[in-house]
Formats: sequence, C-alpha cells, structure tokens
Amino acid sequence: MTTPARNRAVKEQPDRGQLIDLLRQMMLIRRFEEKAAEMYARRKIGGFLHLYIGQEAVAVGAISTLGPSDYIVSHYREHGHALARGLEPGPLMAELFGRATGVSRGRGGSMHLFDAKRGFMGGYAIVGGHMPLAVGLALASSYLKNGRIVLNIFGDGAVNQGEFHESLNLASVWKLPVVFLCENNLYGMGTDVRRVSAEPEIHKRACGYNIPAERVDGMDLLAVREAARRAVEWARGGNGPYFLEAVTYRFRGHSMADPEFYRDKAEVERWKAQDPILRFRRYLEDEGLISQEEARSLEEGVEATINEAVRFADESPEPPPGALYEYVYKE
Amino acid sequence: MAEITFREALRQTLREALLGDERVILMGEDIGAYGGSYGVTRGLLEEFGPDRVRDTPISESVVVGAGIGAAMGGLRPVVELMTINFSFLAFDQIINNASKLHYMSGGQINVPLVVRMASGGGSQLSSQHSHSLEGWYAHVPGLKVVVPATPYDARGLLKTALRDENPVIFIEHTALYAMKGEVPGEEYYVPFGQANVNRQGRDVTIVGYSGSVHQSLRAAAMLAEEGLEAEVIDLRTLRPLDIDTVVESVKKTTRAVVVEDDWRTGGFAGEISSLIQERAFDYLDAPVARVCGADVPMPYNKQLETAALPSEEQIVQAVRGMM
Repeated sequence: MTTPARNRAVKEQPDRGQLIDLLRQMMLIRRFEEKAAEMYARRKIGGFLHLYIGQEAVAVGAISTLGPSDYIVSHYREHGHALARGLEPGPLMAELFGRATGVSRGRGGSMHLFDAKRGFMGGYAIVGGHMPLAVGLALASSYLKNGRIVLNIFGDGAVNQGEFHESLNLASVWKLPVVFLCENNLYGMGTDVRRVSAEPEIHKRACGYNIPAERVDGMDLLAVREAARRAVEWARGGNGPYFLEAVTYRFRGHSMADPEFYRDKAEVERWKAQDPILRFRRYLEDEGLISQEEARSLEEGVEATINEAVRFADESPEPPPGALYEYVYKE
Repeated sequence: MAEITFREALRQTLREALLGDERVILMGEDIGAYGGSYGVTRGLLEEFGPDRVRDTPISESVVVGAGIGAAMGGLRPVVELMTINFSFLAFDQIINNASKLHYMSGGQINVPLVVRMASGGGSQLSSQHSHSLEGWYAHVPGLKVVVPATPYDARGLLKTALRDENPVIFIEHTALYAMKGEVPGEEYYVPFGQANVNRQGRDVTIVGYSGSVHQSLRAAAMLAEEGLEAEVIDLRTLRPLDIDTVVESVKKTTRAVVVEDDWRTGGFAGEISSLIQERAFDYLDAPVARVCGADVPMPYNKQLETAALPSEEQIVQAVRGMM
C-alpha cells in the first residue's frame, strides 16, 4: 500500500554527496562513542554511559529520512540519534561532562539530551516511559495540522512494558503520525529478548494494533533508510502509525559497567564482522562512489571534530552552584 | 454574582477555556459521550466536537503521557483522570516526565498541562476507590498541586491552572461537586500560594484544605458554643504552600491543628506541622496536633468508614486537649 507523501523530505535515490555524508555521520557516531568511553574511564563523564557502537546504521538510516521540523523521542542509548539529528558534538560532549554549555545545561546528562530547536525531545531513562510522549507530540501535530511526524525510538527491552502497548493502541486508534522504531539489539540489558517475550519477532506485535509493520536488517544502512522512508511517508500521509523493527547489535556492553556474562564472545565477533560502517564503506568503494583517499579524509575530519568537541567540553564552565533551583518551574 | 455548584463552576471554566483558546483540548475516560463520571464535562463534546473533547481508552499512563507530549507540542491539554485512585497507573508519567521535563532539558521544554482528579472517600466505595493522596503529588518538585474547597476557588484556581506553564495537579473532592457557592460573573483569578483565612479567631488555628475545610468550619462552630474561637485557614494550594499565612495565624493563636483526610503516617499534615514548629516554635503553647485519616485501607462498612475519616468531634477533642 503506498500513499503519496505531501512533504517528501527525502529523495528516493540519494546522490553521491548524500551517500558520503551518511558514511561520515556513522563514522562521527562511532568515534564520538569511542571517545566518550575513553572520557568515562578518565572520570570526565559520570553516571551511566550507554554506547551505540554497532548500531550506527539505524540512527543514520532512519533519521536521514526526517524533515527538519519532525520530532524525535528517544531513550537513553541516544548519542547516535542526537548526532544523526545534527546536534553539535561539542555541546553534546559538554553535556556528558555536565557543563553549563551542554545541550541540557548540564542538568540532564547522557540519558537526557534535548534540543528543542531540532525537534530532539529527549532522552529518557524509563524503559518504554517515553512512548506516551511521542504519541502526545503526534497528537499535537495532528491537531495543529502542521505536518510534523514523530520518530519514536526504543529498544527490544521496551516491548513488554505496559506503556508500549498503550502507546501503540492509542496512536493507532487516533491515527497519529508516529513511526515506532524498535532497535532490536537482541538483549534488554542482560536478558535475551527470546527468554522474556511471548512473541520475540517484535514487528509481529504491531498487527494486534492494526499498525503496518516490517523488519529490516539494522546493519544495512540503505535498507534501514528505505524502510524508514516508507514508514515516514505512511505516517505523513495521515494513515496513522507505522512500526519498524531494525535488527541490530551493540558491540559493547549495555553500559560501561556491564561485564557481559550473558552473551558469548563468538556471537559478538560474528556481529562485529557485519560492522555497518565497514559494510557501507565497502559498498561505496565497490561502486566507485568513494575513493580510499576520500574515505581517509573523512576519518581525519571526524577525528578533528571529535577532538575539538572534547576540547570545547573540557574548557566549558560548570553550572554555578547557585543555579541548583533554576528550571524547577517555568516562570 | 450567581450561586452555582462546584461542578458547574468547573464546567463553565472549562467551557470558557475551550471557547477562548484553540490550543485547549480535553482528554479523559468517559468525558465525552458519557458526560464525565462526575458530570463536569457534560455537554462539552456536543458543543466542541471529538477533536477537542476526546474520550480515551482505559490507559491512564498513555493518556497522561500523551497530554504531556501534546503540551510539549504546543497544545494546552486538560487531562481528566476519573479519580486519584487511577492516577497511580500514570505515576511514571507524572513523576518521571511531567515534573522533570523543564529541569532536565535545561529549561528548553515546559509542560503546560492540567491533570484533574476526583479525590476523597466517604461514599462506601471501599479501599481502592477512596484515597486522598494529593499529599504524594505535593511532595514532588516541578508539580503544582491545587486543592479548591469552594465553587469560587474551583473556578478561580482552575483559571490560574489553565494559564500556568507548568504541570498542575488539580484535585476535586468528590463530596464537594454538589456544593453551592457564590461565584462572581466578572473575570477573576485565584493565585497559587495564597491561603484563605475562612474564619477569624484568636484561640486556635485550624488548617485544612479541600474537604477538610468544611469539617474544620463545622468544628469551629461547635467550639464557639464552648466559648473558643477558632481561626480556620483554607490552604487552597499545597504546592506552592502559603505557610506564611498559617504562621502569622499561629503567632496570634499559639495553637494549631492540621486536618486532612489522608492517612496520618507520612501525610502532608506532617509537613505543615513541621513548618509551623520551625517558624513559630517560640509562639506555640502546645504541640501542633494532627487530625487525619486512620492508617487503614478504607473499609466498606459505613460505620467503619466514618471511623476511618477525620470528624468534627475529633477536631474539637484535639483543640480541647491543647487548652
């Protein structure tokens, strides 16, 4: 079933420049996350740190299909989503460092990144707890007829939470423009999704709410992008929500504290062999769309950007102590 | 001036809000076709249509969460939770999202949402339908908690709530819906954080809110027959709390009783008592007394239920005990 999209923000066939930019975005996320891990080990970042390494194709593929005024409501493994949306690496790193120049002014941290100007509406730590917010944003867009759709990103861990079911039901009944994107990385923290889910093929659940759904290879950037394009067109066409399950894998633990007892090294290595960045880079090189020099130059550019982000964060001030009560209420 | 019911004061205020601001929408269970389980929204679906007056599934969490999200997206939603008892299902949304969004986003996002809830017991609805847990919400930074006791305040406080840029928990005691009171025709607002001295007196300060204000007034009438003049204060809002008015009164009367329906242990009356003793310690001639609900799940049997809730006799006893 296809409907013509009113505000098609995305060309069906990305050109060379766009393809190279998609590669660059994935590289940026990878290096940001690796650098964040380093900064965490050096205690510049506190609390919890949930790395997106391995899942880059999902963020970049999906978010590249959104328009500039669309909304994103994400969970706590969100640095990749934020970068793909165009949040600047400097203020992002500064937020992880807790500085006043951080995207959330140092009040949120890794799990609560916000950039209202770019429609990046958080950053939430309660598994599944953010899904009702996405439904509400879509309700506002639908009511205001402003054409803005909502990309709601959550993990396989969220699909057994009550709020998941409530959100899918209400979005469907009220035909709201939400793209529900499940990043199925096979584990909810340390629990294999198959151990705790009556229906582990997550996209199949959507039929219980009359929501069209598909599953896509989350390690294949162009496949994710194509599927997301279909989903976004559907939602933007006023047809109601769409459900995407992107099967992916995180190469690191759930968080920096995770000793990974629950999965075996051989499995991790098998997935690393499908590294979405290497895969896409190889595709571009094979198609003659990028040269080795260009690819290296991208890497160097990303490296410089990340180093600059760390420098910016390092040199940024802490929030002043007197500011503890600021932002509790809006005056 | 007109004499209208508490329920009607709310209904008129909601209707005016819908008329005056396209961004206002109502959401809740049975608020439309049924007319609202307490009749507050009667007629509004017929007048404003299903886009603006939305009947929801029984899904408190997503209903409140969608209200929060819609507020984030530029609307001014008013969510009705049929009673405070069902609000526990939306606790995560209220506590983890609504109250914290402005703070954790560093001020970028705010939630101009009103969540209305019927509260209170006394109708033999038994243990799962009789809570008065507005004190739990008053505990949370980032929320505002409003507890009108009269039709005048119901309207005035709701008008203020509808203009607030923050999430407001608006508590309506079920026993008050049919209560009649004077409500002016002209425009007026009742600000938050301003308690009302409902009755003046010099012998003791009785502090109440919502349903307990009327009990306190009845107790004051009983005390007057014994020659004791009680000053009765209606808090009107629990957060922000106008403790200054209470303290000023206690400095005059030297004695205080706090009355609320909620369970005694850990209830908000404890917070009020603590504030009074912090600020007026040298003025007190007796410890602050609390007259609260009994620490039991609400029983069904009528006599047991009555015994579980504060009474005028208990208030009078408490006052006599401090003379």
